[in-house]
Amino acid sequence: METKQRKVEVPVLADLLAKGEKPEYLLWVGSAGAFDDRYKHVSRSFVKVLDFIGTSYAVLGTEESSSGDVARRAGNEMLYQMQALMNIEIFESYEVKKILTCDPHAYNTFKNEYSDLGGRYEVIHHTQFLRDRISDGSLNIPGDALEGSTITFHDPCYLGRANKEYKAPRQVLDALAATKKEMGRNMSFALCCGAGGGQMFKEAEKGEKEVFIERTEEALGTGADIIATACPYCMVMMTDGIKYKNKEDSVKAYDIAELVAQALEL
Amino acid sequence: MEKQFIFLATLLVTLLAFGYTTRRYVGFFKITRGGFPVKQIGRRIGVMLEVAIGQTKIFRRPILGLLHALVFWGFLVILIGSLEMVIDGLTGQERVLSFLGAVYNIIMASGDIFALVIALAIIVFLARRIFLNVKRFSGIEMKHISHLDANVALTIILVLMLSLLGMNTYYVLATQQAGHGLEGVYPVSQLLASRIDAGAHTSELLYQVNWWIHILLVFIFANYLPYSKHFHVFMSVPNVFLSRLEPLGKLDTMESITKEVKIMMDPDQAFASPPEGEAAEEETPERFGVLDVEDVTWKNYLDSLACTECGRCTSVCPANITGKKLSPRKIVMDVRARMKEKGPGLVKNGAEYSDEKSLIRDYISEEELWACTLCNACAQECPININQPALIVGMRRYLVMEESAAPSELNSIFSNIENNGAPWQFSQEDRMLWAEDIVVNDKSQ
Repeated sequence: METKQRKVEVPVLADLLAKGEKPEYLLWVGSAGAFDDRYKHVSRSFVKVLDFIGTSYAVLGTEESSSGDVARRAGNEMLYQMQALMNIEIFESYEVKKILTCDPHAYNTFKNEYSDLGGRYEVIHHTQFLRDRISDGSLNIPGDALEGSTITFHDPCYLGRANKEYKAPRQVLDALAATKKEMGRNMSFALCCGAGGGQMFKEAEKGEKEVFIERTEEALGTGADIIATACPYCMVMMTDGIKYKNKEDSVKAYDIAELVAQALEL
Repeated sequence: MEKQFIFLATLLVTLLAFGYTTRRYVGFFKITRGGFPVKQIGRRIGVMLEVAIGQTKIFRRPILGLLHALVFWGFLVILIGSLEMVIDGLTGQERVLSFLGAVYNIIMASGDIFALVIALAIIVFLARRIFLNVKRFSGIEMKHISHLDANVALTIILVLMLSLLGMNTYYVLATQQAGHGLEGVYPVSQLLASRIDAGAHTSELLYQVNWWIHILLVFIFANYLPYSKHFHVFMSVPNVFLSRLEPLGKLDTMESITKEVKIMMDPDQAFASPPEGEAAEEETPERFGVLDVEDVTWKNYLDSLACTECGRCTSVCPANITGKKLSPRKIVMDVRARMKEKGPGLVKNGAEYSDEKSLIRDYISEEELWACTLCNACAQECPININQPALIVGMRRYLVMEESAAPSELNSIFSNIENNGAPWQFSQEDRMLWAEDIVVNDKSQ
């Protein structure tokens, strides 16, 4: 049987508004989701899933800018607040109520920090969104999806410790037939990938080891052939770690959105 | 009567010394900056019951956690006995709380059992510190004095417990020999008493000796604690009550910056008439971020006093685990040490006082501050809810906004964000390129 292929158009908020439509969710793509070669694939996978479900959403497109999170954590409160106030203004002009994002850092800053500057939204991380669509029946993952694989999940700090969301990503993974293996340090005990707080963009300080190698070794120690994560920084770090350990042929790092898209054969 | 006079005198000396210490610390707190307002008392009581009284976070390491919890719960019970001793000492009575009847029996019995349990736990703690090479107890910040301090405090606690057991044992013996009725129940001490042979006079004497050793050590301990890492005996419960209640991921918004940013974004506002009441506010602008100890909030300083240097934060820090210089415990200890050094001068000479040193650089290097990943593992782990990342970000804020002293790679992401709205050098116009030519297998039919 031949599967038909179809093009997915990603709706832009300004265009929808011009047509008099108002989507339910704003999808915040994030700078990594838009520019990082690896994470662009995650954005593409996620919009495929959104399209499959028939979700009413749109992106800001060229009106999107940095959330300011990384500037803030690197100490530049001034730049953070400029970005935040600017974004809040844009959200206000489009009457944004619900924000959906694949980036736990944007998730955290919108959910917890923008409110201090007057921006209040319902913010949903993509793993929470996928979990909810699975449980309300609008997303049916085939029972044999990814059978034979072994997945270990690396908790992003800003989804886990920062916001206590440990369950959603695991509940999505539970919908897959793959075997799940936890690392020794998981959930609130999880070790950071090493990229937070601005580290993503700079050389690490002098030490005995890089954090991403320490974490990748732990992930590889589970024997998993898939390291699943749900954060653009973690993705870069885990991918680099696998390369560093020369395991590219046997182990892959995937975002949960990609695993769901694979499971649905989109 | 003599005993009462001597007791009153020692109590007064204790209170005077304690009053001096308290005044000193109150002075230090006055130097610090305002933190968050203390609201949501109900929720705070909940956190205190859970984290402090329930010891939930210390149980993240179950075995040692249980030992610590037993010591803590034991302290709470034994504290009631110590209060009774103070009343007894002042009034010249004996076992003044015994009118409580069955409740008294329960308090005394559990205190007696806890004294043994605590003594055993303390022996384990001392043995771990002295004979085992526990990684958590080493590190650049752990100087000889830190280890000595820990061992002295543990030894005092051990002697406190042994003297309590001694006191109870000889109390049991003395009352039996005098033919009086025993007030309270003492399971451990009664067992010990049944195996000891002593004359009536000796029993009474040893009862008094142990009574005095115990209460004098309580007084000495109370005055030693504020100068020790074991200050956490006093400070940890208040520190947990005064926890920051926000999610770990949330950083505090600097309102002084908001004012400036709003003026930048809307220059008209700068010349608009200020709201009433604010007109007189013409003080020198506060320094952005934390350079020195006068820039920390009262909560940062309280954290530093409550820290018991257990090192759980450092043991989970990704930077520290991988051999970087950063140790969250050191950051907290440095705040306390720096206040000890500069605080008296600031109290005496006011905020302008300088000793030509600062917390950044003389205590905490930039290398340490830039090694942090802001993962919050340290704050998650701290058994008494210390917030180490808040301090690290505070110091980064100073370095970036007052000195433009960020590592050059971070300076470039700042300018990228300013110029093109992303940490990378990509044009904002290209933000939709990722969405081109997305093709799916059509499953709609």
